Amino acid sequence: MGTAFRTRAERALGRDRARANIRRAMDGLIVKRRKAFPDTAELEALRDQGHAIRDHALANLPALLEQLEQRCTANGIEVHWARDAAEANGIILGILARHGARALLKGKSMVSEEIGLNAELERHGITPIETDLGELIIQLADEHPSHIVAPAVHKDRLEVAALFREHFPDEPYSEDIEGLTALARRIMRERFRGTRAGLSGVNFAVAETGTLCLVENEGNGRMSTTAPDVHIAVTGIEKVIERLEHLAPLLTLLVRSATGQPVTTYVNMISGPRKPDERDGPREVHLVLLDNGRSRIHADPELRATLRCIRCGACMNHCPVYHRIGGHGYGTVYPGPIGAILEPQLQGLALQGELAQASSLCGACAEVCPVRIPIPQLLNRLRHEHAEGSIVPGGNEPGLQRAVWRAWSSMNGSPALYRGVTRSAGLVGGLLAGPLAAVFGPWTTTRDAPRPAPQSLHALAREEGFADD
Amino acid sequence: MTDARAEILARLRDHRSETGPPPDIPVRAIDWDPAERLARFRQMIEAVRGEVHLIGEDGVGDDWPVQLAALLQQKGAGNLRYGPDGPLAAELTSRWPAAGPALIPHTESIEDCRDVLFGATDAGLTSCRAAIAETGSLVLWPTPEEPRLLSLVPPIHCVLLDAEQIVSTLHELMHREHWSDGLPTNALLISGPSKSADIEQTLAYGVHGPAQLIVLVRTTGSA
Repeated sequence: MGTAFRTRAERALGRDRARANIRRAMDGLIVKRRKAFPDTAELEALRDQGHAIRDHALANLPALLEQLEQRCTANGIEVHWARDAAEANGIILGILARHGARALLKGKSMVSEEIGLNAELERHGITPIETDLGELIIQLADEHPSHIVAPAVHKDRLEVAALFREHFPDEPYSEDIEGLTALARRIMRERFRGTRAGLSGVNFAVAETGTLCLVENEGNGRMSTTAPDVHIAVTGIEKVIERLEHLAPLLTLLVRSATGQPVTTYVNMISGPRKPDERDGPREVHLVLLDNGRSRIHADPELRATLRCIRCGACMNHCPVYHRIGGHGYGTVYPGPIGAILEPQLQGLALQGELAQASSLCGACAEVCPVRIPIPQLLNRLRHEHAEGSIVPGGNEPGLQRAVWRAWSSMNGSPALYRGVTRSAGLVGGLLAGPLAAVFGPWTTTRDAPRPAPQSLHALAREEGFADD
Repeated sequence: MTDARAEILARLRDHRSETGPPPDIPVRAIDWDPAERLARFRQMIEAVRGEVHLIGEDGVGDDWPVQLAALLQQKGAGNLRYGPDGPLAAELTSRWPAAGPALIPHTESIEDCRDVLFGATDAGLTSCRAAIAETGSLVLWPTPEEPRLLSLVPPIHCVLLDAEQIVSTLHELMHREHWSDGLPTNALLISGPSKSADIEQTLAYGVHGPAQLIVLVRTTGSA
């Protein structure tokens, strides 16, 4: 089954170095998160709050977006609406053109990845400057983030050192992390001083006060939103929350779930551009609200839970599939369990429906999700819809799949038939291995085909004196 | 082309579900006495390499400028920027030792001091609005007198904190001060110097914001 996802996953499995780097990082993040929530009862109460706050925001989404727009506008923030990536890019390019900007400082933003902003900027002769250390590494390597919180998690220090030597040959070579970080500081400082436009994402947009809340550790987010003349914030429409006080539990959940820290170094709450008596801060702040498929997800009462996500990344940190194939194995902007439910919905089942298979349904993602998104349940729903749909790109014929499962179901539905089949399978036993391998096809290239035991478990149990019921 | 705003809102309204009042989240506050709040604040911010210094031996006294000058000299800082119209200016300038690092009044708009702020400033001094014990955070609401970049661009950020300003949690502070009635253009929580773990999940300090954070704590003697 040489489908797109399987091909990518296979390639990812072959990258031993990246796999080891990812595995090490994920193991560390799991321990850090656990230590950050020592009190289970408190954690569960917090998750209930996070769930309720996000559910409430989604139930009232249109009204809250209008309130957000009204408060932001009153604060002097200009609000823009974009139905899709092209509209969002158009709005951003329009603002930059008006300012004659040739370069754009970028704080970390997954939505900017979603809309393919960097490529679009370059097409228009504007240089995107990724300022987050992980994002800088990814930009230099001409790759995409492999994790939504730690974009360069698949690279180790030696790979970063080689990249820095290639791109900054005049800077002293260093292989230690302090040295590499210091180099990034030197390179970036000049750009912070000289660049007049900045862009960021938004972690939470507060409707009540018209406030954009951003969390970060490096200070690049503050630099990108404070030092330039114009700040553009781009976010999905689902990021709005009603009340400022809702930030308190959500920040705790987000930061502890993501990295195990009690709080990030900086929590940046932006409620407007520079006022006439102020001496710094951007003179213009723009907020771009992006739909890009979210209103479609919002329309389905079950799938809507997907939009509760606060992008902490805990689901991928705990996912056995993500651990093995990393973000690049998924081939989408959002990887891991959240990507496996979000991407098929954003891009459609025809394009990304296969991603719903990228899970063992072990349930770890739902156990750690700070806003209780029932990811396995949603994966099952998407799998079902994908199998029912007429398009299964490159996969088995849905007709054959259906026939196989119907036969399986009727066999297991009838005790007599079940006994008959297991007994006869036991009798011919090993003889079946060859034909079975042919039936299972590529499935058996990395696995042994099932080999029926001479006696079924039922038969063995009866011999030991257990009654059938 | 129809209006994007109208279309998005219409799509969302097509499927509105039941709406009720926002969930009532009880205010999270912890009953710590002042000494415990200071101890927790200190422990948390020191864990991420924030420096905490009590003024004098026991936090009581008015010689913090002398102490700050000595600390900055130890670190090799040649100058300190401060807001001459800010709440700390009078004490700072009247008690600053003659041999201390040069004091630079920060009076220009960023357009007029960009190069010197980025290139030739060693340290910046600000006051703070409050601090949070639970997470070891300083709360800053930058003002025209002590603008946003004064706490961000200089490699050393110095803060004077009165111990009575320390509250237990962010939630308690937001609630008590009615933040929802209106926020300044920029409000900040700062919890330690700038850091990154983007390479091998290993912490490195001093990325793009200040590499050092000095908190001078003044008490009334009761804490």
